[in-house]
Amino acid sequence: MAKTNVEEYVDVKTRNIYNEKAENKSLKKEYGLTRDIIEKISKEKNEPKWVLDIRLKALDTYYKLDNPDWGPDISYLHIEDIATYVKPVEKEVRKWEDVPEEIRDVFDKLGIPEAEKTSLAGSGAQFDSETVYHNLTNDLKEKGIIYTSFDEALREYPDLVKEYFTKAVPIHDHKYIALHYALFSGGSFVYIPKHTKLDRPLQSYFRLNAPGAGQFEHTLIIVEEDSELQFIEGCSAPGYNELNLHAGCVELFVKKNAHLRFSTIENWSKNMLNLNTKKCFVEENGKIEWIMGSFGSKVSMLYPLSVLNGEGASCEFTNISFAGKGQNLDTGLKLIHNAPRTTSVVNSKSISKDGGICTFRSNAWVKKQAKGSKLSISCESLMMDSISRSDTIPVDTIETDDVEFAHEATVGKISDEAIYYLMTRGLSESEAKALIVQGFAEPIAASFPVEYAVEMNRLIGLELEGTIG
Amino acid sequence: MNKLLDIKNLHTMAEDDHKKKILKGLDLSIKKGEIHVIMGPNGSGKSTLANTIFSSPRYIVTEGNITLDGEDITNLPTNEIAKKGVFMSFQTPEEIPGVSLAQFLKTTKQSITGEKINLMSFIKEIDKYTKELNMREEYTSREFNVGFSGGEKKKNEILQMLLLNPKLAILDETDSGLDVDAIKTVSKGINLYKNNDNAVLIITHSTKILKGLKVDKVHILVDGKIVKTGDSSLAQEIEENGYKEFLK
Repeated sequence: MAKTNVEEYVDVKTRNIYNEKAENKSLKKEYGLTRDIIEKISKEKNEPKWVLDIRLKALDTYYKLDNPDWGPDISYLHIEDIATYVKPVEKEVRKWEDVPEEIRDVFDKLGIPEAEKTSLAGSGAQFDSETVYHNLTNDLKEKGIIYTSFDEALREYPDLVKEYFTKAVPIHDHKYIALHYALFSGGSFVYIPKHTKLDRPLQSYFRLNAPGAGQFEHTLIIVEEDSELQFIEGCSAPGYNELNLHAGCVELFVKKNAHLRFSTIENWSKNMLNLNTKKCFVEENGKIEWIMGSFGSKVSMLYPLSVLNGEGASCEFTNISFAGKGQNLDTGLKLIHNAPRTTSVVNSKSISKDGGICTFRSNAWVKKQAKGSKLSISCESLMMDSISRSDTIPVDTIETDDVEFAHEATVGKISDEAIYYLMTRGLSESEAKALIVQGFAEPIAASFPVEYAVEMNRLIGLELEGTIG
Repeated sequence: MNKLLDIKNLHTMAEDDHKKKILKGLDLSIKKGEIHVIMGPNGSGKSTLANTIFSSPRYIVTEGNITLDGEDITNLPTNEIAKKGVFMSFQTPEEIPGVSLAQFLKTTKQSITGEKINLMSFIKEIDKYTKELNMREEYTSREFNVGFSGGEKKKNEILQMLLLNPKLAILDETDSGLDVDAIKTVSKGINLYKNNDNAVLIITHSTKILKGLKVDKVHILVDGKIVKTGDSSLAQEIEENGYKEFLK
């Protein structure tokens, strides 16, 4: 995709587009969390009994577990006030023309169908609780690649799903993953057979439209031996006064010599509690690349875990968080080095302004057998004023001496001198700050897919508008 | 009426806890087509003058005013002053990590002119001037001032002056810390920029940068006031005898 096109199509976006609200014409809407609601959801989806059993077990687990006793306060979340299931359409379709107009309109403005035409191998779109669209080019289907909604995968490939579902992230991991498994709906399923390389990415876009609603999509990706996949996840929601909840789950399996690049741009509105869980198992010489951009949400708690199970497995983790007024973004990652000569490279940057809080937790566990492993963790934070906060919390457990480990953390403030210098070159104070922040974020933006790199710079620009009072 | 810069009875104090008075009734008038030089001992207020013209938040104007082309610019926001055609070369230019020199130049040029610029022809213009200033071509794609030597940073300031083409260029000790060749390059840059419609104000400690320039006036600044104005021979006199005569 030519860069100019990308700029043009991203250029028409404004905050208003992220704020686009489709009229609320959902077919079904359920509030709260009871056995009755869960049975209804399961029935609606025509699920096999083993799936309902998982949901009910998860329900039980949710009520047994407490909120985490660390991190941001989320005690004001009352699940009975959340619309836990919002069904927007009767069924998912394969053509954009068949998506109801008011929903299609939102995705059009976000540039999703356009991106699919120009730069993607396949695309999926979720609206509230259900996917409304999924499509994969025919030549890829013929190669045995599967890219469907999670619900469809349960129907069409039950054995494959059963083999992996809940195997990376167990139900009892924490309270909100239990909630997820009780209510999960939508999400994507990807299966890449052996020796298959996709030259273009797949993208699933998750849009939460209904006020006060929760989104609990489940994404399961299996990349078989010697295969390669780039997967992009986009998320956004218009702003409301009510609290919205996102408790998604991503389970990734990267087999021997396989390579998965998993990119996420979260641009939730600032009434969103984003309590998301992601985990990846990597086998011998396999590689997982996480690329994350966290912009929106009131509170985020997200710490993807990579388990490097095979010799020579590696993880690259690249993250950028931007917390403005009233936002508390608590992110980070977990690493388990479980085999010899495993490698992790972590680069994280965070920006906080107007009292926003960014916390980055890194938790690395290098086991005894992981001899000859290498870890390099770097965290940089930029605070734009004295009322904002940035914390880096490393917890490292190293059980072998035969390891190279580097951990670097820097915290900086935006300098008045640099702003003044740029102002003598004609930039306003907010333009000066935006340029400095853009430069700070540049090494991370460079690793995003091109459309998202442009969008990220736009988001930074939007975040910094009106910086001066 | 061809006064470009006119400063009358300017008094300033530092915007910090001490509120020290720095400029104490400074008058200065520069016409289009002129090169002026300000010399003075350390702490006399030379850099304060440059930064006060630019409404630096570090200084407060307590009395007097500054006009540019007949328009009062005292206390205008810094970026507005830049847009009106004032440029300053900094003693210690800032580094902007992650922003390439070319991207920086494009951004500033667009801010000053308010017009979208054509990148291809702009890059040609950049290349023309980097050659003149003996800057390596690869510099334009490097991060702005990151890892540049002192001399390279100063050349970069002159490059910006040439590309932004202001009405008034203030060079605040641009020559300090430079070797002979680099000083020559800076002088060359000033001559390239200079024409009958613009003006230069050079703040310096040494006369080396003045060789090859047609200097119209030299001012001696002591304790916040201009105590003597003369032609280029005054600079030579200072170089030989220092400021003793003016410090009582």
